[in-house]
Amino acid sequence: MSNENFDPIIVGFFCNWCSYRAADLAGSARIKYPSNVRIIRVMCSGRVDPTFVLKALADGADGVMIAGCHPGECHYINQNYKAMRRYEMLKHTLSAMGVEPERVRLVWASAAEGQQLAEAIDELVGDVRRLGPLHWLQNWDENGQRQKALDDIVKEHEEAMEVSA
Amino acid sequence: MADKIGIYVCHCGSNIAGTIDVEEVARWAGKNIEGVVVSRDYKFMCSSLGQQMIEDDIKNEGLTGVVVGACSPHLHEKTFRNACKRAGLNPFLCQMTNLREHVSWVNSDKAAGTKKAKALIFAAAERVKRQKPLEPMEVEVNPATLVVGGGIAGLQATLELADAGYPVYLVEREPSIGGHMAQFDKTFPTLDCSACILTPKMSEVGQHENVTLLTYSELEEVSGSVGNFKVKIRKKARYVDEDKCTGCGICIEKCPRKVIDNAFEAGMGYRKAIYSPFPQAVPRIPVIDTENCTWFTRGKCRVCSKVCPTDAVDYDQKDETVELNVGNIIMATGWKLFDCKRIPQYGFGRLANVYTSMEFERLCNAAGPTSGKIVMRDGKTEPKSVAIVHCVGSRDVNFNPYCSAVCCMAALKFGHLVLEKTKAEVYSFYIDIRTPMKEYEEFYQRLLGEGMHFIRGKVAEVTDAARRPEEHGKLIVQAEDTLLGKQRRIPVDMVILMGGLEPQADAKELGLKCGISCSMAGWYTERHPKLDPVATMTDGVFVAGVCQGPKDIPAAVAQGAAAAARVAGMIAKGIVTIEPIVASIDEENCSGCRICNDLCPFNAIEYDEEKKVSRVITALCKGCGTCVAACPAGVITGAHFNNEQIFAEIDGILWDANPQAEVEIASV
Amino acid sequence: MKYAYYPGCSLERNAAAYDHSVREVSDLLGIKLQEIDDWNCCGATEYFSQNELAACAVIARNLALVEPQTDQIVAPCAACYLNLAKTDKLMVDHPEFGKEVNQCLAAGGLKYEPGRVTVRHMLDVIVDDIGETAVRDKVVRPLAGLRVAPYYGCQVVRPIDNNDNPEYPMKMDHLLNWLGAEVVDYPVKAHCCGGHLTQISEPQAFELIRRLLQNAQDYNADMIICMCPMCQLNLDGYQSRVNGFFGTEFKLPIMYFTQMLGIAFGIDPQKLGFGKELVTAMPVLEAKLGGLLV
Repeated sequence: MSNENFDPIIVGFFCNWCSYRAADLAGSARIKYPSNVRIIRVMCSGRVDPTFVLKALADGADGVMIAGCHPGECHYINQNYKAMRRYEMLKHTLSAMGVEPERVRLVWASAAEGQQLAEAIDELVGDVRRLGPLHWLQNWDENGQRQKALDDIVKEHEEAMEVSA
Repeated sequence: MADKIGIYVCHCGSNIAGTIDVEEVARWAGKNIEGVVVSRDYKFMCSSLGQQMIEDDIKNEGLTGVVVGACSPHLHEKTFRNACKRAGLNPFLCQMTNLREHVSWVNSDKAAGTKKAKALIFAAAERVKRQKPLEPMEVEVNPATLVVGGGIAGLQATLELADAGYPVYLVEREPSIGGHMAQFDKTFPTLDCSACILTPKMSEVGQHENVTLLTYSELEEVSGSVGNFKVKIRKKARYVDEDKCTGCGICIEKCPRKVIDNAFEAGMGYRKAIYSPFPQAVPRIPVIDTENCTWFTRGKCRVCSKVCPTDAVDYDQKDETVELNVGNIIMATGWKLFDCKRIPQYGFGRLANVYTSMEFERLCNAAGPTSGKIVMRDGKTEPKSVAIVHCVGSRDVNFNPYCSAVCCMAALKFGHLVLEKTKAEVYSFYIDIRTPMKEYEEFYQRLLGEGMHFIRGKVAEVTDAARRPEEHGKLIVQAEDTLLGKQRRIPVDMVILMGGLEPQADAKELGLKCGISCSMAGWYTERHPKLDPVATMTDGVFVAGVCQGPKDIPAAVAQGAAAAARVAGMIAKGIVTIEPIVASIDEENCSGCRICNDLCPFNAIEYDEEKKVSRVITALCKGCGTCVAACPAGVITGAHFNNEQIFAEIDGILWDANPQAEVEIASV
Repeated sequence: MKYAYYPGCSLERNAAAYDHSVREVSDLLGIKLQEIDDWNCCGATEYFSQNELAACAVIARNLALVEPQTDQIVAPCAACYLNLAKTDKLMVDHPEFGKEVNQCLAAGGLKYEPGRVTVRHMLDVIVDDIGETAVRDKVVRPLAGLRVAPYYGCQVVRPIDNNDNPEYPMKMDHLLNWLGAEVVDYPVKAHCCGGHLTQISEPQAFELIRRLLQNAQDYNADMIICMCPMCQLNLDGYQSRVNGFFGTEFKLPIMYFTQMLGIAFGIDPQKLGFGKELVTAMPVLEAKLGGLLV
């Protein structure tokens, strides 16, 4: 599956305050990173509806990067924690659907972390390249982890309900 | 109406054109994207000629949407939105996409860059077709301001606003305003007496016709938003009627119960169970400390009530909640001293003659427990040698990594006072001496001249375990002298620990009440660390003084004044505009599940018990969109970032991708 | 609670009192110690500076011998504890090095997966795992009136996160407090005893020992309580030499904390190894605790 020449497309959902500015900083500092990541600006990582991620993958993206402010530094106090919780749930959903969860990554980047963001992009592009193009349909049935992932979703859901109750 | 989109691709000189074939991008967009009627590239799109070109196209072609592919929207979004506005197009129908910081500058492969630029332009075009015209909202600003914290920063802010003719409510949790500065003896580097410069300001505030003083009070709750905050203040029971009390002080004099004063006197002196923290307190109305008062603990005494000439003592007084309406809030909540017991090897609390810096302030204060005589704990012996330990809890990965900014100068001040008042030798153990402000370095040079000894080394321990005869009965300060490259043991009589500055214990909790956050260290986060150090991310909430980060008195005063100036500007203008990027709920389709209610940290979603639906309070919404993403029914819309717009953006950004799987998300 | 037990060489000989009291006290507290079969010396403090790989391999052999169903190993000796913990950490932090160590172990048909076994000191097991209530419950002969100076030494407290302040540890202070003793809070409790310096340079070593004894005496301690055979040896075994060297008259018994636990728990002092120390503890114990020790 892995292919050295494979050029993945990765969609980034970046929060307006920290991570989008980190990407701006990476640019101003002329830090080079692979051009595979295409960034969509949202106001907050908390705005990232899991549907966005699924849609991007369904539309042909090979990976997704969600980027937000560091925990404790959210422009909206603590909405990045909500992104974090959704991300954990989303990973199980992805496994259940036959998508390797490593294709979707949540990273924190403060507005000062252009270098760190570029490194995270490097890493994700490398990982997705190793995974190869998204084999959603094939994995749908073959992936043995699927049942476990489905069970995990149910469990997490129950736990989440307990917390919010 | 059919879409008429204009695409504008900027060269930015060679900044973008160097690694993106901009002409190709513009040509391609004009041909391949539906609804595009003009597509141009230009050397500098942000120049007046570039803007003019866009304006002309809007007018001549009747554009319904504009896409500018240039630099970061954080730089020029306003520029292009204004251009659109001038040409009669709603500014929210202009979409920028970042071809410079996100493409050309991070990439050297022209083919890859061009391909990525096309995707970004496509995404922006698909998005802009679905954008809606939006209008900023305007609200009136209540001219009253709440200042939280009556230290020097809060006092300055209060006075600036009150003098400008605006009403101010000043809330202070202690019985008197004045803050830490009231505890100090001298101020560096001029050695002005702290009380002499502070107390006039305190009484000015106390008597000002525009100031309502709420001392011994806590900020309980904040609701509303910029221009119209509603705040609840809890006035703690003083057990003394503020209206009747004349501040004569006879109750304090006659009170039979003496208590160690751990607050104002830092444990160095006593106060009574009914007390005013210090003689120049404002207001001069005492409070009863119920934990120690004989009446409250044992049901006997009532001496204060008996001696009060105006019958002001009221043992039945209860806490009282005051509700206020204000337009802006200035947080000036200050700091607390690092707890020196956290570094047990420095001996504070175990070795009698180890002092904290705050204890020493009281010790050399003329109004302090020893009337300013520098003596050891026995109350009479003058020290023959004093060691001052810098950076206690500061610049230390085990405690606080930051520099507390004031301790070096305070240590120099202490050194000067010891040398002036005693014959003692003074040793300063420092990591670096930091004296960056006006006349600070000169003060350091002065102390070098006065004979203060400086040993560059972080202290390992303060001990009474003598090794040599001359160490017996002394405190031995051990440190590696990094300039000599040697271990040194200096026997002294007294040790002063320069404890660092820490955020108030409840700073975070208090910040959350008014929607502002803290840095990792716990200091309030300003809107911009350099260019906007007094505003916060929450409109209408400002910060001043050490609560925003360690600083000295001049800086705290400057920040207090700056915060006041910002508030005064808003009051003078009378109205504020609020970004229209907010969420709204389609009440018709809301199931009333209330999932969104708890997600909002700004309490901007209310639940209508009658209609059983949730509703966004537009004035409170900051537009993060978290509730939009969470609504299981999909009935919350985030203006300018709605699902349709973002979906279209995803579609566009993946124009060249090849869907691998035809899985319908809906079927999952 | 079950732990693999690594006594180490000292506990077989000069620190036999430590070994006996550890076993007695563990029995009483329900700590199940299973001695590692065929354990070997940890190499003490010196071997590391000679040949790190060989030193680690020697130590890792003991970790590899821990039964698969046990994931905690207890060492009462400070040097053993430090060596075991250090080796495990080196193998975890530097996987390449870990592989080299495992190549060495393979020669003996052994393998150790870094991080599998948690290395614990006896003091941590009693204070953290057993805890205050269980310890207090067992006290039948409170050490009231006895002024004890807890001495931590330098090896156990410093490099490893064991839930205590490395610069000013308090764990043994708390434990002795639970036994009813008067705990002396003296400043040198985590200073070095000199270790093997007695073999290299006596004057320096004696000075280090003198400082500890002097400070404990200045604080009116009746005895020093230690947790390391090396410390005990230096402070007890060299006490008369130190007295001769400096003209001092120290007469401070140096006991293991497990011996004090045993006394407080009412165990026969004989079984706890009392009497093996050179500066005898009996007179002060009898004076302070009365006829309880008969």
